[in-house]
Amino acid sequence: MSSKVDLPNSIEETLTLLSSGGYLADRSLATVLHLSLRMQRPLFLEGEAGVGKTEIAKVLAATLNRPLVRLQCYEGLDVTSAVYEWNYAAQMVEIRMAEASGSVDRENLSTALYSPRFLIKRPVLQALETTKLGAPIFLIDELDRTDEAFEAFLLEVLADSQVTIPELGTIKAEEPPITVITTNRTREIHDALKRRCLYHWVDYPTAERELQIVQTKLPNAAADLSAQVVTFVQKLREDEALFKKPGVAETLDWATALTELQEVALDPEMVSDTLGVLLKYQEDIDRIKGSRTRAILDEIRMDANSQASVAGNMPAQTL
Amino acid sequence: MPDTQGPTPSPRPPHGRITENIVHFARTLRKAGLPAGPSAVVDAVSAVTINGIESKQDLYWTLHAVFVHKRDQQPVFDEAFRLYWQSKGLVEKMLALLSPVAPAGQREAEKPRAAQSRVANAFEAAKQREAKETKPLIEVDARFTVSEKEVLQKKDFAQMTAEEVAQARRSLAHFTMPADQIRSRRFKPVHSHTPGKQVDARRTMRATLKAGGSIIDLKHKAPARVHPPIVALCDISGSMSQYSRIMLHFLHALSEKRKTHTFLFGTRLTNITRALRMKDPDEALAACTDEVEDWSGGTRIASSLQTFNRTWLRRVSHGGPVVLLITDGLEREAFDELSVEMDRLHRSCRRLIWLNPLLRYDEFEAKARGIQAILPHVDEFRAIHSLDAVSDLCRALNDKRIDSAYDATPKFLQSIPPKSPADYP
Repeated sequence: MSSKVDLPNSIEETLTLLSSGGYLADRSLATVLHLSLRMQRPLFLEGEAGVGKTEIAKVLAATLNRPLVRLQCYEGLDVTSAVYEWNYAAQMVEIRMAEASGSVDRENLSTALYSPRFLIKRPVLQALETTKLGAPIFLIDELDRTDEAFEAFLLEVLADSQVTIPELGTIKAEEPPITVITTNRTREIHDALKRRCLYHWVDYPTAERELQIVQTKLPNAAADLSAQVVTFVQKLREDEALFKKPGVAETLDWATALTELQEVALDPEMVSDTLGVLLKYQEDIDRIKGSRTRAILDEIRMDANSQASVAGNMPAQTL
Repeated sequence: MPDTQGPTPSPRPPHGRITENIVHFARTLRKAGLPAGPSAVVDAVSAVTINGIESKQDLYWTLHAVFVHKRDQQPVFDEAFRLYWQSKGLVEKMLALLSPVAPAGQREAEKPRAAQSRVANAFEAAKQREAKETKPLIEVDARFTVSEKEVLQKKDFAQMTAEEVAQARRSLAHFTMPADQIRSRRFKPVHSHTPGKQVDARRTMRATLKAGGSIIDLKHKAPARVHPPIVALCDISGSMSQYSRIMLHFLHALSEKRKTHTFLFGTRLTNITRALRMKDPDEALAACTDEVEDWSGGTRIASSLQTFNRTWLRRVSHGGPVVLLITDGLEREAFDELSVEMDRLHRSCRRLIWLNPLLRYDEFEAKARGIQAILPHVDEFRAIHSLDAVSDLCRALNDKRIDSAYDATPKFLQSIPPKSPADYP
């Protein structure tokens, strides 16, 4: 628990590191992550909801054995709740104490009041503190939920790993935090911020990768079921005009749900009943429910059969 | 520059001519419209030094991380990378194209093969612009005609006179939209008699210290009120062509003043928000006409709205926008789809305002099924009686008296009741 883990030295090591934390990444993602760790640049991850953006930061924190500082963004987030705040109650008491002792000197009073002991550190300041285990992982989650004004507060932190507090001066990190920024693209982030980061678009995984993910995360699910679930979800993403495509998180939820219901393979009724785990908009559910589900399942079965017949003619393969 | 000071990688020099190649590659990207500045080039060189160039794929993703800042830029990068790093013959050709000492005559002969790509377009753009100006201007009044056929054509607008520009600015100065100011979650300093105030501890503490700490001087804050963003969806099909110039001027002037996302649709949907950001109205309109390919063609309202809902709605819905739908509603088919998409749009925005420049005519009746599909899903419906200037649009949107949705509705539509919330499942 107390030993410091070194950063990976190559793309391969980055891949291994992520998979040791249970995160199966594409090589493209590992490349960018490696760069970000080595160049000490923030990593800017954009992608649809539920493709595993936030998870990267969590896995990094776990595998590199460093504290995770999380700044969850929301509308109206400002300096007082993101960067720092003064402890006004304590400051008031300090004023009264100074009055009581009769030594009110304006200069001294203001330096005393704006000293670090009255400073309440919010996530951004916390992220600048290096611990024995190295710099923390700083996760700025769903940056697109704040307004443009807030992005400006982050520029200084992202570029120089420092924060300027007017009353106190500039606080600089000894070692820049490993910063991961995620956004769902509900609005464009300003170019000035993106320029300071390494950008990566996290896409939906391929069928093969997604199956690996399901198998890693849910070792208890029946093999047939996992394969069918993944094929079904992939078909939904590719062929159906859905308002919101299901992410990997939904695939995992659905596979878990079906496993809990002790299913071993997909059947149309069960799919229709549990579709709410996968699709979150009523019009999407209406579109897929019933006959469409049956058609997709038939397609999957036919594909599986034709593959099986091809495989039957071939010599058995060892995995 | 602060961000180039980052931790310098090991001083091992990059092998061979990779630095020069990256510099030239960045110039190619810049030509193709990617913002690849000098600092990005420095980053790219150090990134390549760190990651090494053992495989093409690694080089691809290494450079991708540095040069690409948006998903839309990925195809451009992809194409540029392919052309630059993969086909050897083209590298020299592209360098010749980019090099200022190359003879001018070579430019046309040596276009890259993939002419459809934006990278190739980067080299061609200048040529096209000149050619277009000589095209004769043909105006066809196509109101009341409906077609779903896709006609791809470009358009030239008459330039806006200085007087028109001034007038547009003037009329926008007093422009307000219905439901225009909303409470934001941010606070601003206010006087102590403002309703809804709270104590602003930070300012109070400063003021107290100013007085030496003996008097606590309370300062207040209250939620700021802001304009919600505007999303404009504007029909540019043949039946609306008379109005497109005025509407674009209106939207350009509006985007100077308010946060506005603008989309044009005929048979396809085009986002012209960036083009409209240019300061000069004529330049902005020229940029729009470059981007849009379906001026005055057919109409596919339902499919355009569907595209918008799928690909853009979530990306522009930050802050609860007011959606301005500017169309005559003349859809030929797909009424059910139109209704579904309108419903989706209506549920995802703060307020949906339909602005119809054509609906004053009663000859409309026969084709009004599209209108009937749209009408139940709009919060507000406004017909504009004459539309010759931006001020007409402003007046129509400002006018509080026609707030009741059906004031200007032609007779044949007045029988359609507005959908009450109870009608929704």
